[in-house]
This record gives sequence, structure tokens and C-alpha cells, in this order.
Amino acid sequence: MAGSVSSRAWRRRAASAGFCLLIAAILFYTLFPFYWAIVSSLRSGSELFSISLLPLHPAWGNYAAVFRDEPFARNIANSMLVASLVVLIALALSLGAAYALGRLRFTGRRTLLMTILGVSMFPQIAVLSGLFALIRTLGLYDTPWALVLSYLIFTLPFTVWVLTAFMHDLPRELEEAAIMDGARPVTIIRRIFLPLLAPAMVTTGLLAFIASWNEFLFALTFTLTPEQRTVPVAIALISGASAHELPWGRIMAASVIVTLPLIALVLAFQHRIIAGLTLGAVKG
Amino acid sequence: MRHASRIFLLCAGLLIGLGGAARAAQISIACSGLGVELALCRHGVEGWEKRTGNTAKIVTTPNSATARLALFQQLLAAHSHAIDVFQTDIIWAGTLGPDMIDLHKYVPKSVLAADFPRIVEADTWHGKLVALPWFTNAGILYYRKDLLKKYGLNPPETWQQLSHEAAIIQKGERAAGHSRFWGFVFQGQAYEGLTCDALEWVASSGGGTFVAADGKITADNPKAVQAIAWAASTVGKIAPEGVLNYEEEDARGVFQSGNAAFMRNWPYAWALAQSAGSPVRGKVGVEPLPSGTVGGPHVGTLGGGNLAVSRFSRHQAEAASLVRFMTSYAEQKYRAIHGAFNPTIVALYHDPAVLQADPFFGTLLPTFQGAVARPSSVTGRLYPRVSAAIFDAVHAALGGSITAKAAMAEIERRLARLSDNGRW
Amino acid sequence: MRVLEKIRPERDDRQSSRSGARPAAALARRRRVTAAAFLAPMLGVLAVVAAWPLLHTIWFGFTNAELGGGPAQFIGLHNFASLLADPGWWRSVVNTLIFAALSVALEAALGMVIALALNRRFPGRFLVRAAVIVPWAIPTVVSAKLWAWMLNDVFGIINAVLVDLGLLGRPVAWVAAPHTALFSVVLVDAWKTTPFVALLLLAGLQVIPGELYEAAEIDGARPAQTFFSITLPLLRPALLVALIFRTLDALRVFDIIYVIAGDNPASMSMSVFARQQLVEFQDVGYGSAAATLLFVVVAIVTVIYVRAGGLWQEA
Repeated sequence: MAGSVSSRAWRRRAASAGFCLLIAAILFYTLFPFYWAIVSSLRSGSELFSISLLPLHPAWGNYAAVFRDEPFARNIANSMLVASLVVLIALALSLGAAYALGRLRFTGRRTLLMTILGVSMFPQIAVLSGLFALIRTLGLYDTPWALVLSYLIFTLPFTVWVLTAFMHDLPRELEEAAIMDGARPVTIIRRIFLPLLAPAMVTTGLLAFIASWNEFLFALTFTLTPEQRTVPVAIALISGASAHELPWGRIMAASVIVTLPLIALVLAFQHRIIAGLTLGAVKG
Repeated sequence: MRHASRIFLLCAGLLIGLGGAARAAQISIACSGLGVELALCRHGVEGWEKRTGNTAKIVTTPNSATARLALFQQLLAAHSHAIDVFQTDIIWAGTLGPDMIDLHKYVPKSVLAADFPRIVEADTWHGKLVALPWFTNAGILYYRKDLLKKYGLNPPETWQQLSHEAAIIQKGERAAGHSRFWGFVFQGQAYEGLTCDALEWVASSGGGTFVAADGKITADNPKAVQAIAWAASTVGKIAPEGVLNYEEEDARGVFQSGNAAFMRNWPYAWALAQSAGSPVRGKVGVEPLPSGTVGGPHVGTLGGGNLAVSRFSRHQAEAASLVRFMTSYAEQKYRAIHGAFNPTIVALYHDPAVLQADPFFGTLLPTFQGAVARPSSVTGRLYPRVSAAIFDAVHAALGGSITAKAAMAEIERRLARLSDNGRW
Repeated sequence: MRVLEKIRPERDDRQSSRSGARPAAALARRRRVTAAAFLAPMLGVLAVVAAWPLLHTIWFGFTNAELGGGPAQFIGLHNFASLLADPGWWRSVVNTLIFAALSVALEAALGMVIALALNRRFPGRFLVRAAVIVPWAIPTVVSAKLWAWMLNDVFGIINAVLVDLGLLGRPVAWVAAPHTALFSVVLVDAWKTTPFVALLLLAGLQVIPGELYEAAEIDGARPAQTFFSITLPLLRPALLVALIFRTLDALRVFDIIYVIAGDNPASMSMSVFARQQLVEFQDVGYGSAAATLLFVVVAIVTVIYVRAGGLWQEA
């Protein structure tokens, strides 16, 4: 009796030790590249090539260079502008659409919903030349508006889908009272659903914001001048404009600059982000 | 909510409009940001701004020539006036020609006469002067003269000799503790730069230039196969396997940090290698690239930058003025001294200040004069695809997925299909 | 506004009394009109940014258009025939399929491990979960650059450590060498996207009632048995959703491959191939045909998954 208890205790201790190792491994796997990026960004010249885990002479030169030689602050502003506008427009358009798809019954509703979801599966390259022609015709080439327009292709289906799901799950009684009072649908949406959906809209908005922030191919193709670029394109095109250094130090500095706010965002809105991402997995 | 968004859009529109108006007196120039090029470009631009009172904005472009061309073509297809002055590669005259203005209008014949005639010729398309020559380029071999001396070797004359010497130095340096040392670095990524390197290997071995001047496809011949086979044999032995992803800057990074004995690169790397703080300052020698056989031709691929004015530019006269300023004797001299950029003006090769900064400009003058051009003129608009056929196959051979023979046969096949058997 | 609201009911009453015979039909029609009114703006935007460009691409696949200009002529299935005979295209197809298979498998496995770990209550779980999300949240370009730097053949830390530990004889050019290029890209993509899969699986795990596990423990089941007979079957819906989304994303992959390896033929995906034809070779016809084929492949896989996964019923 005593033997089995102690062996179980030993097994449990071993299991917890193993578990700690696993967590440590997971943390290492997810976070080491950032740590290395931070260390590399603080190095310059030939120290960049050393592999010691701590920077011996930390210097902020790379960070200064990023803002000096590239319009990086402007690039960050561009990304913020584009992502925010896309989210606002997408949410505005989706709200009404979600009401129609989630609360009204009409033939072809399911097909329409599936088609809209299908749009988010379009390969970007399949719409690239068409969008390019459209943007050229509208005279939007090399402006943030080109990106605001083209990002709707993947944000709209997503926001529609998520908001529709939320609308669908809200109880019927909510609107029945309002309909009997003779309220118009627009009023119903504004007064009843909007407040209830606010959390869902924040969640969806966050995910759409992150997706727009990270987008690369359209940003690469539809902008040209460094001032109009968004952050991902700016980082991809950082070149070795200095005489001595490989651009890696600067690329790492720019990456750190961009990553820290995103980490802050993730920490602050962790629950919302996870809720939004997992919406599809948990049904009923 | 709707009111707010409408006002916001109005304000945004106003700002865009104002921003556009403020830029009306400014022209944009797209020049390369490779190495010190950005600083040199700025120098020229600022000089012109002071002289003329106009303003010019520099737009940086991707380092890879392939990516740059794609970008420019997109821009021109969009009829965009976002860029007035383009830095064009010597091989782009046929591709971009239709969208550039004829600079004969703004450049007197006397100015053109001072340039290397072959370069002016390469920049002329259907009688139109598509671009003004800015700097010329030819592939050259950089070597560590201190290491050659240490191991008692002479600068190599043939590719075989280069392999041999590189192996000796690599072995010795690694034994001495430089575990990351390699013998030879070059441009092995699947892009235009590899076509340049491949042309050098092939032409210096008597294997032709992939496509002859009359359009005939000459890719698949024993000498060419031998040259590519030699190059493939270096990968993993004296050249790091990573060379398969190297462009100019990657190779320079390895060489300049002291981790390679030989490097094939353009002349621009000289100034950087000799700059203050460079680990190999004072230890670098330069010579023409080796040849395939003893006494054979030493071939560097003809490269070079030129400046062209877009026909969609809204300030063509000002743009042409900028172009003339940047390609003037004084600017080219500054670029030669501070960046080791080969001038296109013949007289500068006898200028003592230039020769002091870049002694090899004098000794390698025959190389620059005799540089071999890629088959861009004869293949015209199809050149990007021709180049892709070449660099795809050579890249596969370098990586060992196919033999050199199969690679050259593949190039021959693809070019035949592209050109309808030699009719470009 | 309130006045109108008051007037409304009277109008409705009059209408319903007039068409008293079929009020249900009138209601259905009004619902359709309302639905149409609400859907119109959104559908309009989608038509402009999605439908039209897709049709544009499909159309140009049947022509010999070039980006430089000049009129495009209809050439029927010529581009598609050339594509199917192009070894470059097939190589990119194979690369994409291998990439999809490997990355999805890797992400599912790693995601499962992480999800199981995060499912347990332990101090600091909040922070670990946040840490896990971070790779997903950063731009793909940044992850590509981070890993390209770590995998660098001369200066990278991974080679340095592996060589120091004696696991490697000499540094490997992970990204450049043809046989490791694709795997390097898979590795980077897995690092970036495992969080997404892990979170989906975690949500699925959290729905499984704890009593099932307690019962299993009382019955003396070993952890492996518990996993395979309880966890995995109940996790099937979440796993399927994760696999669907990841597979469709992997088939369309562009960013990570282009930023790390450029136009390297050994790692080129279908998207990279199509873009090269379209943008670098200016061959709008051929590039559009390639893009159309990619779209068709993704569409077919989507339909298969939706039908098989029963998503159609759940919509």
C-alpha cells in the first residue's frame, strides 16, 4: 500500500517535471526567434556575426538608421490608416448583410453565405491582374486607397461570416417585440443588435486589423514609392544602403519595432482574439 | 456615425489633393540602393537641386535587377507618372524602349561622343536614344592578396587554377580556426545575376553567348557544358551551398567580412571593401575573371546603369536636365572616386584622381572595353524569358538536380520554343 | 423619425388588409426586398473587388495578352494546353502539394501537443497562451526574415549551434540547397501558423466534458488510450475545421515562399509561378491561365471539404 502511494507520487512528480519541460520547450519554440531578433538588432558591424546569446555592446544605431534612411514612421502610419479604414468599412457593410443573412429567411440564403465564404478562398494571384486594372482605371495606383479597396476581398467575407453567426445565435424574441411596435429594420439593427454585437465586432475588427496589417502581395504590387508602402513591404525591401553593414541588423530592428505593438495588442485582447479564431471550431 | 465617416473621407480627400499639389514642382528618380549607390544618387540629386532650384525625390527600388524590371514594367503599364527618371539596366533598352522619351532631343552629339560608343549603341533602340549612359560594369574577380601571399600563390589565370587555389586557402584557413571560411563566392541565385555569371563562365571557355548576334541559339555545346560543369563542381566544395541563394550583396557580405578568398562581383564592391571599418581593407586585389583555358579570353559580362526619362513624366524637360547633370563628367568622376563606379566617359579613365582611387580602372580598361553583352538586343522583348530559361537551368545544375549537359540542353530547348527556332 | 414610426403600422395594416388573401407571400416578398436592400452594398463591393477581377483573370487566360499593351486576341485553350505541358508549372504544383501536406501535418501534430499542454491548468497559463499567439500575429514577412537570418548558411545561429553541438559536420544552406529549400519553408510556415491550429484544437478540447476523463482514469486507462479513444474522436470537428482552413491556405501560399526564397524553382509554389509569369514576364495570358488553374484546384478542394466535413448542413 505504502509502495504504490510513493510510486504514484514519484510518477506524478516526474510527470510535472516533464510538463514543465514541455512548457519551457513551447515557450522557447515560439519566443526564441524574437529574442534573437532583438539581440541582433542591438548589434552592428562585425559583431552581427557573432553567435553569443547576449549582445556585448548593445547599440541603438540600427533603430536610428531604420527611421533615418527609410520613411518608416510613414510606413507605420500607412499601415495603421489602411488597416483601420478597412476594418471600419468592412464592419459597416457587414452589419446590414449579417442581419439579412442571419435573421431573415429567404431562398438561396445558404448558397449565398457559402459563396461569400468562398470568396475568402480566392487565391490572391487570381485577382491580382484584375484588381491592378481596376486600380489603374480608378487612378488609385500608389495610394493607400488601392489597398483599402483590395483588402476588402478577404476582410468582408470574414466579417460577414462571423457577424452572421453571431446574429443567428441571438434569440428571436429580441426583434419580435420591436417588429410588433412597427420598427424599421434599420432601427432594429441600430438600437437592438448593434449594442449586443459590439463585442463580436471588436473581435472581428481585431482579427481583420491584424490580417490587413500583415498583408504583403497586394501591398507590394499596388504601391511603389517608399512613402506609400506599408510595413511588410518596407521591411522586405530594406536594402544594404550603408557601406559596411549587411542590412540584417536593420531588418531585425524594423521587425522588432513592428512586432512589439502587435504583442501588446495580443496580450491586451487575448481572450477576444482567441474567441474570434475559434468561432468556427465550436458549433452549437 | 455616417456623418463622421463622410467628413473624414472629405478631409482625407482634401489632404490627398493638397499633397498632390505640393508635389507639382518635384520630379522623382528611381535609382538603385545597392551598397553606397543611394548616397551617391543623393549627392547627384542634391547637386542638381542646388544648380537648378527644382526638387527631386529619390525612390528606392529592390536590389534584384529582375524585381526592379518587373516593378518598372508594372509602373509603365499603369501609365503612371509617379517616376520621371528611371535607372535602367543596359539590357532593358529593348524592353523599356517604347516607354522612354528620345533623349537625342536634349543631348547634343558632342556629349554622346565622349562616351564608350558600344554603350551608347546598346542604349539606342530603333534609332531612339532610350537612356544616357551613367556607369558601366563588367564582372571582375576580387581576391585576398594577403592570403595568396601567405600560401605562396599567384592570382589565377584559369578557372581550374582558381578552384585549386581556393581549395588550398580554404583548407588552410579552416585548419587555422576560421570555420566559416570559403574559397569562392559568386551570384548563384535564380535571377539575372546568375545569367551574368553563367555568361562569363561559358564565354570565357569558348562556349559562345547562349544566343549569337544573329539570333542563332548556341547554348548546347561541349565547351559551354564543361564551363557549367566546372561551376557546379565548386558548390559545396569551395563555394558554400548557400551561394545558391546569393545575390551581389550576399556574396559581398561574405567576402567583406573576411570569410572568402575569391569573389566574383561588379566593381562597386571595391570602394566598400576599401572603406574605413572594412575587415578586408587594404587586403583586396582585383583582376579580370579567369578564362577556361590557358591563354583564353578573359570575359566580364557587360552591365551598367543608364538614366532614362519616362514618356509619362509630366516634367520631361526638368527630368532630362537631371539626367544630363547626373551623367556629367563631374558627377561620374565623383562616383568613380567615392563608389568605384566605372564611368562611361572615356576621358575619365585617364584622370589621375580617378586612377588613384581605383587603380584597376587603368589596368582593367581592356576588360571594360571588351566586356561581353548579354543577348538582350537580339532577343528584344523576350529577353526576361530568355534570361529566366538560362538562370533556371544553370541554377538546377549548380544545385546538382540535373547535370550540366541536361541544363544546356534544356536551355537550348526552351529558347528554341520561345523564339520559334531562332526567329526573335 | 418617431412620427414615421407611428405612421408605419397604419400603412402595414392597410396593405395586409388589401392582400388579405396571401399575407404570407407578401411577407416573404417584403423580407426578400429588405434582405436585398441590406445585402446590396456588401455584395456590390464584393462584386467589384472579387467577382470582376476573377472573371477578368479567367477571361485573360484565354487570350495572349501582354502587360506592355497591344490588343489581346482570343486564343482558346492554348495557354492551358501549354501550362499542362510546362515542366515548370508541374514542378510548382508538386512543390505546393508537398508544402501543403507537410506543413498541415506538422501544424496538426505540433498544434495538438500545444493544445493538450494549454488545456491543463497551471500558473502562468495566461502568459504562455499569449506567447503562443505571438508568431501568428506578426507579419509573414517578419517571420520570413527572422528565420532567413537564423537559417543563414554563413552567419546563422542555427547552423552555428548545430555545428558546435556536433550534429552537423558543416553548415547547411537550408534555404538555398534544392533538397532542403522546401523543408525550410515548411518549417517557417509551421512555426508561424501552429498557433492558429493550436487555438482551434484548444477550443475543441475545452468543450469535452471533464467527467469523461475522470471515468477513464477510474477505469485505469493509460494516457495514450484516453487520448485515442476519447480525446481524438471528440476533437474531430475542430480538427477537421483546422485542417480545411490550413490546407486551403497552404495551397495558395505566396508570401513566405517569395520572401524567403524568391523565384527559386526548387521551392516555387503555384502562386509564385503565376506571379512570375504575370509580373516578371509580362505574360498576362499565360499568368492568368496559371492563376485560373490554381483557383480551380482550390475551389475543388474547398467543395470536397465542405461536403465531406458537413459544413453545408451547419450553415
